[in-house]
Amino acid sequence: MSAEPILELKDVHSGYGSIKALKGISLKAYPGEILAIIGANGAGKSTTLMTICGIVHPDQGEIFYKGKKINKIPAQKLPPMGLCQVPEGRRIFPRLTVEENLILGAFYRNDRAGIDKDMEHVYSLFPILKERSRQQGGTLSGGEQQMLALARALMTKPEVLLLDEPSLGLAPIIVQSIFDIIADINKNSDTTIILVEQNANLALQTAQRGYVLETGRITLEDDAESLLNNADIRKAYLGE
Amino acid sequence: MRQEYKKIWKNYAVGMAWLLGLLWPMLGIHPDGTLTFHRTLTVWLYIFAGSLICVLFYITKKSRILSGVTDPLVNGAGKLSDISKALPTSVWMVLLFVFLLVYPLVNGRYAIDVAISVLLYVCLGMGLNIVVGLAGMLDLGYIAFYGVGAYTYALLNVAYGLSFWLCLPLAGCFACIAGCLVGYPTLNMRGDYLAIVTMGFGEITRIVLNNWMSLTNGPNGILGIKPISILIPTFHNTMSFETFWVKKLNVLYYFVLILAVISVIAVTRLRNSRIGRAWESIREDETAAELMGVNTFRYKLLAYAVGAVFAGLAGAFFAARMRFVSPESFTFIESCMVLCMVVLGGMGSIPGIVLGVIVLIALPEVFRQFALYRMLVFGAAMIIIMLFKPDGLIPAKRLKIQAQYEKKGETDTNVS
Repeated sequence: MSAEPILELKDVHSGYGSIKALKGISLKAYPGEILAIIGANGAGKSTTLMTICGIVHPDQGEIFYKGKKINKIPAQKLPPMGLCQVPEGRRIFPRLTVEENLILGAFYRNDRAGIDKDMEHVYSLFPILKERSRQQGGTLSGGEQQMLALARALMTKPEVLLLDEPSLGLAPIIVQSIFDIIADINKNSDTTIILVEQNANLALQTAQRGYVLETGRITLEDDAESLLNNADIRKAYLGE
Repeated sequence: MRQEYKKIWKNYAVGMAWLLGLLWPMLGIHPDGTLTFHRTLTVWLYIFAGSLICVLFYITKKSRILSGVTDPLVNGAGKLSDISKALPTSVWMVLLFVFLLVYPLVNGRYAIDVAISVLLYVCLGMGLNIVVGLAGMLDLGYIAFYGVGAYTYALLNVAYGLSFWLCLPLAGCFACIAGCLVGYPTLNMRGDYLAIVTMGFGEITRIVLNNWMSLTNGPNGILGIKPISILIPTFHNTMSFETFWVKKLNVLYYFVLILAVISVIAVTRLRNSRIGRAWESIREDETAAELMGVNTFRYKLLAYAVGAVFAGLAGAFFAARMRFVSPESFTFIESCMVLCMVVLGGMGSIPGIVLGVIVLIALPEVFRQFALYRMLVFGAAMIIIMLFKPDGLIPAKRLKIQAQYEKKGETDTNVS
């Protein structure tokens, strides 16, 4: 692969108290790519993202972002650095309006004009959100909430966007349109995207490279194309 | 439709039977062991008759039997609200302000006293609204900060003779420090645990005030606190200043009114600011807020500190008005009352909380004629309000953003 990795994990161990969810994860994400992390329930996919984002701090190992070590940096300092996550289960602010949710995405920013411009931009990506801008977030449908979560993260102007299960609990047709938008975001603004998914088929079709995670360890790393054609993967994750 | 009425009647019958079961032990069992039924039945029949009329009215309204009578009434009410909407909000604000200004001139001592209570609790409610309504942290020991404010003025005034106006900011400061002290260790707690710990802090404060005899004079309280003083220039031969003691209730009323107005304006502005939005995001989802770059630690501590400042200021006024403080005034039940005002009025809604305060302070006064049953009726009223208005009397609305958006939408259409 070309260039320096924008995000790199070196032998990261992490977990919740005495429960160790990650047992030595090493991965690299290169600027401008879509990276898929697939794995079964409890493999440590969400913990990987939460560890990158500083909600859980690693017990051991190092995380580098743009060559800077970010192990101990608190979560709220990462969005200004261009690292943002769309958490699992969307986690929008249900009693705030769509517009307020978006404004909160731009919380660390002070440039009014830039915020307004980005607001228009995400509204053009998700026209339904513009229609619903005065509605409370909790009254949206599941797909709309996922769009809102994605739009809110875009408001932080991310360079690396971490997506945790964007397909969770959504109808197939909506999943497809969300993945199309994810690919668009990657293409148009050169955002690096790390995609964590149980829907391995769709994730690997969208991504350029993939990692397979099993009980806290990386078991396989390859091009998305070859992973899709790998017999073991097909058996384990693609239901064949 | 028929099915629905059947259900209403069934619920009504069950409710009345439950009430009878509740009333009889209270009214029918006597300490000497005798059991009577007569009194219970009379009271029960009164309630039965009253509620029966309500239910009948509800059903006739629903089945539109009396539509000939009710429709014009509803239309009339609609017209009234149209008229109220025709006048801009600023006009209503001016009317309200004028009413508040003339209130002490047209009312007696008792009414003014109740009004001062209401205004002090508005200030407390606004402060608690920041902690509970905006930041979403359930605080059951809030009255401790009121106590800190009151004792700050009481002690500094009695021991060192410091004037009210010097003590007022100090009371705010000390309450703020107390808020940070309570807030800091509880920042990692959520929900039920936080409620229990804050309750503990509230009780600790009261017990310290109660037992630190050498400083606070314990349960006997502190007497002889000076009222608010103002310097008035007088012109005899040369210009000099004369101290005027605000002993009259109606003058004090205006000072407390200023405090309440300031707190309402401050909380309104805070709520619509960046800080307010950060608080609300923490209330909605703390982890998500952190992921969006909100420093949850700092904003939660800030919520405690700002909330406590309002209580501290109100406390200083309380001490100056009563001219006596004792730990009795800062019990757990007071914390509960303030919390009830916030929840009953509508969490996060500023007009709601003002109404909640009025209801909870004024209702017990109105119910004085029920004598013995005063608190019973009061409790029942609270239950009924919560049953029919679970979001509070005036639920919080998100008006500001809407207005902004409408403006933007208008200009958009103009351009296109």
